[in-house]
Amino acid sequence: MRKAEIVGAVLLGLLSIYFMWKSGEAPAWNTDIARFDNIWLIKGEGPGSGFWPFWLSTVMLICCIWIGINWYQRTSPPSQSEEPFMDSYAKRMLYMVGGGLFGFLASIHVIGFYGGMFVFMAYYLWFLGRHSILKTLVISSTVPIVCFFFFDVAMRIVLPKGYLEPLFIPLYDIFL
Amino acid sequence: MDVLHHLIDGIFIALEPINLGLAFLGVVVGLFVGAMPGLGSVNGVAILLPFTFVIQSFTGTATSPMIFLSAIYYGAMYGGAISSITLGIPGASTAVATTFDGRPMALAGKADLALVTAALASFVGGTASVIMFTLFAPPLASIALDFGDPEIFALMLVAFATFIGLGGDDIPKTIFSICIGLVLATVGFDIITGEPRLIFFDMTGFTHGIRFLVLAIGVYGIGEMIWTINASRYDDNMTEVNLSIKGIWIAVKEFRTAWRGTAIGSALGFFVGILPAAGATPGALMSYGVAKLTSKDPSKFGKGAIDGISAPESANNSASTGAMLPMMTLGIPGSPTTAVLLAGMVIWGLQPGPLLFINQPDFVWPLIGSFYISNVIAVVVNIACIPVFLWMLRMPFTILAPLIFVLSLVGTFAAYQDMFDVWLMVIVGVGAFFLRVLDYPVAPAVLAIVLGPIAEPKLRQSLLFSDGDFSIFFTRPIAGPITVIAIILILLPLLKVIRDFFAARKSKAA
Repeated sequence: MRKAEIVGAVLLGLLSIYFMWKSGEAPAWNTDIARFDNIWLIKGEGPGSGFWPFWLSTVMLICCIWIGINWYQRTSPPSQSEEPFMDSYAKRMLYMVGGGLFGFLASIHVIGFYGGMFVFMAYYLWFLGRHSILKTLVISSTVPIVCFFFFDVAMRIVLPKGYLEPLFIPLYDIFL
Repeated sequence: MDVLHHLIDGIFIALEPINLGLAFLGVVVGLFVGAMPGLGSVNGVAILLPFTFVIQSFTGTATSPMIFLSAIYYGAMYGGAISSITLGIPGASTAVATTFDGRPMALAGKADLALVTAALASFVGGTASVIMFTLFAPPLASIALDFGDPEIFALMLVAFATFIGLGGDDIPKTIFSICIGLVLATVGFDIITGEPRLIFFDMTGFTHGIRFLVLAIGVYGIGEMIWTINASRYDDNMTEVNLSIKGIWIAVKEFRTAWRGTAIGSALGFFVGILPAAGATPGALMSYGVAKLTSKDPSKFGKGAIDGISAPESANNSASTGAMLPMMTLGIPGSPTTAVLLAGMVIWGLQPGPLLFINQPDFVWPLIGSFYISNVIAVVVNIACIPVFLWMLRMPFTILAPLIFVLSLVGTFAAYQDMFDVWLMVIVGVGAFFLRVLDYPVAPAVLAIVLGPIAEPKLRQSLLFSDGDFSIFFTRPIAGPITVIAIILILLPLLKVIRDFFAARKSKAA
């Protein structure tokens, strides 16, 4: 955990510097403005567009240095901890759940929200939750049906359906 | 006496069967919409605005449709707390602060107490604000007009100062969290100069900015859920709750201990609500911060403190009524929802402004009467539905977790209909999980992204007005004292750090 604390502070410090760099970016259409011209008070115009994000990013960087000092002095709880940042269970869980979520997201572009919902629920309930096949099928089918009636029918918010769109056309004729 | 006479007449009109039925329907719809992650009162009111034309043509008056829409607004304010407590995902930005203590209390097996506290605090906040609305509407509207850009920025500064207290003892991590939230709020086109800012990797999805719900659902729906799975290791005991009428009744009696948070939320929420462009979210966040700062034992906050639920819940309901005040008396909406309500009023042929109370008493007083009625309906429906909400918590965690993930993804898409936001939400959630493991408080970042778009333009407009002179925040009669209070609130935790540092050095030397 101690190592993760300083690695985290360094990465966030780099992120702060990146934000500072991006904040000073001049718009592409105005070649008269140099980088970082917009982070100051401009006479007659008030603060430039980069003023607020640049100085806030500077405060972020100062905070990262402060966190580093606390790490060196071992004053913060993570800097004193000898525990691992993530144990084997946490890593496995992150791969399974995170992987499932990103799989769900990717599947939306192919089989739509409702198809993806069914697959994700079935994967989670059967594979991770160890529920019975029957329970898995009932819940995995019910969730997309309820969502369809709530979002598409009641709220008129049409969710993407990917290649499954033709299957919904008869339902549109009935309910929409 | 004149006010009382008008109010009694108004309540009688609001109690007519058609108006009572519309108020009931509006509350139920609002409760459901508010409880859905990603959908808030503004969605409910905007989606159902066209239906009010049918109601108007049926009743022949603008009062009934307005009663219906304001009942949705009330119901959604109550509903936002439900998903915050039972699922740990704020139903809307107004219920973010409720998550801080509502979810830990539910995980500790006291979900019934959390839900009852939220419902009753909402009722007290809503009713107190309606009384204040009835009595002080015209004079308060003129005070709100005195709040210019420097005053509102000073008020935002107070809100940020109270956030430092929310993040626990690690001051640099809390300040980092606030700043990253404020920086992320600037992504997209600058509304003053029109210049693009922080368009990461030139992706067009960032041009519309990082929306609040993307961050909030990512942090609470994805990040917090992965963290809970990791911490609980699918231990179902974590969501064990008692489901009994007696338990709910005991919770009702225990609400007495939440009087302090309720009082703070009711008063502060109403005041912040009447300020133009402030609304219920800053009101709820500030009330939470003030309740924690003034608590005898602030260490209980974030772990299931009853005042940590009652303060934001009473505040968001109080602010929702407060936000109606500038809308009706000045024609200035105090929140996005009141902006939609204002549009409705204009469409129905009403002229919001100082003369509304004089020219349209037949519209104003039944509407105010309906606020009282809607509040009673909302608290009754909410408490009656608590067994249903508790049932959700009794689900095994291996069923609840994927449901929350699905709701988070669908809710984010439903709010903006943009797949870029859904991807971003999941990435933010995974990032929030790592920050949480490293002990960074994520709540201040979520709160900062809500207030950032209000604070930055106010700062820049103030400095434009003063030609870059920062003394504008100290020399104006209202802004000055508020800025000084904010600076004191910011310095207090920093002084504690310095004192602890010297105490540690002294003890080392000894």
